[in-house]
Amino acid sequence: MDEILFNIRLLLDFPIVNLKIIIDGIMIGALFALAAYGLALVWGVMNVKNLAQGDFVIAGGYVAYSLNQVGIYPLLGVPLAFVIMWGIGWVIYKTIITRVIERDLFTSLLATFGLAIMMAQIMNLIFGSDTQSVDLGLPTWFLGPSGIIDLPAAKVIGVAMATVLAIAVVIFMKHSRMGQAIRATAQDSRAARVMGIDTEKVYAFTFSLNAAICGAAGAIIVMIWVIQPFYGITYSVRAFVVVTAAGIGNLPGVIAAGLGIGAAEQYGGHIFGIGYQQAIAVVLLLIVLFVRLMQQRRIRQVLK
Amino acid sequence: MKLVTNLLGAAAVIGLSVSAASAMECDTIKLGAAISLTGKYATNGVNTKDGYEFAIQKIKDSGGVKVGDKCYNFEVTYYDDESKGDRGATLAERLINQDGMQYMLGPYSSGLTTAIAPVTEKYGIPMVEAEGASRSLFNKGYKYLFAVLSTSEQYLASAIALAAEKAKEQGKDPSEVTVAVAVENDPFSLDIRAGILEDAEKYGMKIVVDEKLPRDLSDMTSILTKVKLVKPDVLVVSGHSKGAATAVRQIAEQGVSVPLIAMTHCESADVVGNFGESAENILCSTQWDETLTYEDPIFGTASNYNTEVKSSFPAYADRAVPYQTAQASAAVYVFADAFQRAGSLDKDAVRDALAETDMMTFYGGVKFSEAGNNVAKPMVLRQIQNGEYKVVAPSDFAAAELVWPRP
Amino acid sequence: MTRKFYINTALLILTILAPFIFPVWKTQLATLWLFIIVALTWDMTGGQMGYNSLGNIFFYGTGMYVCAIIAIGMYFPFGEWTDASRSETWKFTDSQYFTGLILGSLGAGVFCALCAYILGGLFFGLRGPYFAIGTLGLAIATGEIVSNIDWLGGGQGVSMPIYNGDFETFKNIIYYLFAGLGVSLFIFLNWFYKTRFGAAINAIRDDEEKAEAMGIHTLRYKLITWSISAFFIGVAGAISAFQLIHFEPLETAYQTINLGIFMVVCVLLGGKGTLWGPVIGAFMFHVFKEVTWNYFLGWQWVALGALIVVIVVFFQDGLMGYLQTRFPEWFGIKVVDKDEKEIIAEPAE
Repeated sequence: MDEILFNIRLLLDFPIVNLKIIIDGIMIGALFALAAYGLALVWGVMNVKNLAQGDFVIAGGYVAYSLNQVGIYPLLGVPLAFVIMWGIGWVIYKTIITRVIERDLFTSLLATFGLAIMMAQIMNLIFGSDTQSVDLGLPTWFLGPSGIIDLPAAKVIGVAMATVLAIAVVIFMKHSRMGQAIRATAQDSRAARVMGIDTEKVYAFTFSLNAAICGAAGAIIVMIWVIQPFYGITYSVRAFVVVTAAGIGNLPGVIAAGLGIGAAEQYGGHIFGIGYQQAIAVVLLLIVLFVRLMQQRRIRQVLK
Repeated sequence: MKLVTNLLGAAAVIGLSVSAASAMECDTIKLGAAISLTGKYATNGVNTKDGYEFAIQKIKDSGGVKVGDKCYNFEVTYYDDESKGDRGATLAERLINQDGMQYMLGPYSSGLTTAIAPVTEKYGIPMVEAEGASRSLFNKGYKYLFAVLSTSEQYLASAIALAAEKAKEQGKDPSEVTVAVAVENDPFSLDIRAGILEDAEKYGMKIVVDEKLPRDLSDMTSILTKVKLVKPDVLVVSGHSKGAATAVRQIAEQGVSVPLIAMTHCESADVVGNFGESAENILCSTQWDETLTYEDPIFGTASNYNTEVKSSFPAYADRAVPYQTAQASAAVYVFADAFQRAGSLDKDAVRDALAETDMMTFYGGVKFSEAGNNVAKPMVLRQIQNGEYKVVAPSDFAAAELVWPRP
Repeated sequence: MTRKFYINTALLILTILAPFIFPVWKTQLATLWLFIIVALTWDMTGGQMGYNSLGNIFFYGTGMYVCAIIAIGMYFPFGEWTDASRSETWKFTDSQYFTGLILGSLGAGVFCALCAYILGGLFFGLRGPYFAIGTLGLAIATGEIVSNIDWLGGGQGVSMPIYNGDFETFKNIIYYLFAGLGVSLFIFLNWFYKTRFGAAINAIRDDEEKAEAMGIHTLRYKLITWSISAFFIGVAGAISAFQLIHFEPLETAYQTINLGIFMVVCVLLGGKGTLWGPVIGAFMFHVFKEVTWNYFLGWQWVALGALIVVIVVFFQDGLMGYLQTRFPEWFGIKVVDKDEKEIIAEPAE
């Protein structure tokens, strides 16, 4: 208890720390938002709740890491991870996901859970269980009194790349033919089929796109933080929190929720101690669920 | 990539064994071990296994274990405990019950050892372990558990002593020293924390940051931000390999400057290889160092051990041999010694011989207390200076001057 | 009827004699019973009532902790017991050990049932995937929080008292506790599913709105069913705590991605919404697990993941479901006429 008070005191005594925490939160939140956006896509379009979301992120990280090992410049790893994870996503779609789309909700949850276990372990067998990272070798800028706010150039570049990717996906969804088909399928897949949209193709495309977005996010993460084969669950949990909070098909909401959860986690970590970070993310999920449930109760409905 | 190097390592051992087997025909003594080949401790699990295998090979090459007038070679049956305690306990039972093991080697980590020890104890199976350092292992009254390593509260205690010494040199009272502690939430690191707290209290030092790291740690910025705010004189980090890697990277990234930073597992995280400059002047605790003057007839000197492991296992070629490997080898050696002194294969005779162990190995002296922990060997504190690990404490072994304060 | 009676009697005798027929397999057999218990209890809500929980492991972990607090707390200060730097050795006498075991297990069961009753009021508002995610979140969050509480041993976990007697006797005790709990659960469920209550929870599964419209107070039924299942898991957790001697929060007690998911896989493997399905599924899964864990070192998790995917994608009705559609007459289902085809029991969705 004393510690919590002490930590809150720190926040009040050094107001600049608040800014630092928010910046850190936004940086990590941007990556949560990317993974969550992919999840919202597959959830909305094909009603698949992908518990392997985080493992796609980590897989993307390892793709970038391996490319770096063979001498490719780390920043190039991001687009390459996007492309390679696209391919992996397509293979996974064709072998597993296509068979669970029409089934009940629990099926996709469990099937992707099995997938998550497999992916984590295969990565462990290939890369070992050490934490890995890619060092860009870029400087860190320090701002504020006694350099309390640190802005590593790598983080800034990473967040910029995440933003570019998010904007590109939004433009693509709005204006391209495929993007329109995806949105049409999300609204009503039967009607979309009637109108001549090849929904199977749309599904395959959506799922591959999701894997690719996650892959790019992972490639950014490996430059900024560290990855390990079993870290996937952390990102899966965050993606679910964000999507549950923002709802599917609400891109600005997903981004806002992603950034918000990033910041909330950093605050929670600061106040309660970093040991509670995972707990904070999950408790946020529960709170979001129950708040939404209360809203539904008011109109005598349940959260389905 | 890891897989490939492991396979190469295994191939090297097999290659050696083929050449040796023809030299001498000995019987086999079977040892059982649950080891973390997957899961969060897999890195050090493999280090441990390599240490066991290397020692077995060395003992075989030097003529095997003489029990009475017969000669024996060790052979280990391994299972993968996935770094999970309940799995480890089940496997220990299987090793004893179904595979009929009479002697056990320890798993990696205090947590796993804590889970396995009740089982070996119940069956009265002597277990020599090399990787479980938590004091909570030695307050249960176990009779069949022997640990060759120093207990974990000693790991970083000398860092506190160093800080006090430096404070005195500056004309300050040690009680003015402030300490920040960030340890992983697992038995080993919590015990390190307990040791630090006890020692800090002895000097009247103040703990200003006391945080526990989650097991799936990938970011410790929030702790380091606090450290930057409260400016402690000592920062202590313990969180196995990933804790060391994350800390070294983010300390540099965030420009955290603390006069004295001490951590564990620098070698197994290979912080020098991975982070280069950033790791400079960090203090790392180690159970063993290849520059120490310990020596024994089987492995030769500590530095000889280091060279030979590097040539047998290509995985260590371009990094320091972690002490986890060395102590695993020492555990096998202690077993061999106990068998020879017991003069029989009876497990209780071996247990009694183990209890009376008093020997010198390349890893240091080994002598067990009543509770089963090794009391004959001090911990060593090394500092990374110009990319090399230099012993700075205790002063008997010091090979270099402490660089202080860390810029 | 008589054939069934003979089979059941034979199985019961096998259960009782098992530790003597396969003495070296005692622990694995005890674990098999644990799997059967958690699978059966999961099926009460998942298969019979249509509420797929991914967080039933919450009750397992809570059972462990409650049991430890009661069993140890009765004789020693619990906070000091879990303190790592404690230097004295504390031992339990036989009578203390057994009192702790019995009261601890019962206390764990009752506490878990209460938890389920209270939490159910919140969680049963969530449907489908939200219920699954919400309960999963409950289990993960509790594990994380418990691992930060020093009084509960934090990340170090808790060491349970050790039985003073012979180890074989100890294993027999554990086996019979698990087997006894499993058999009573099975007999109870055999009766329970045939009652009006059983019919009501099936109605909730098939169409909750209609059930509600028919005048079934659905929430009450859901709460009671979850509480009963929580009671049994809690007791199973308590026995596990004594069996394992040492447990820690994240990987043993609240082991979300191990046992927490295994129980679901067991049920799916055997067949959801049937009485024998979870039992057979637990057996098949346990055998699969032991084989892969022994012979595919390193690849076991890949194999397990693949198994989950294959079951869920291709054989979601499980073995019992497959048999039921293939040989309906074995289950007393008569295929009378094309028009009356509805009476062929469809395996649960």
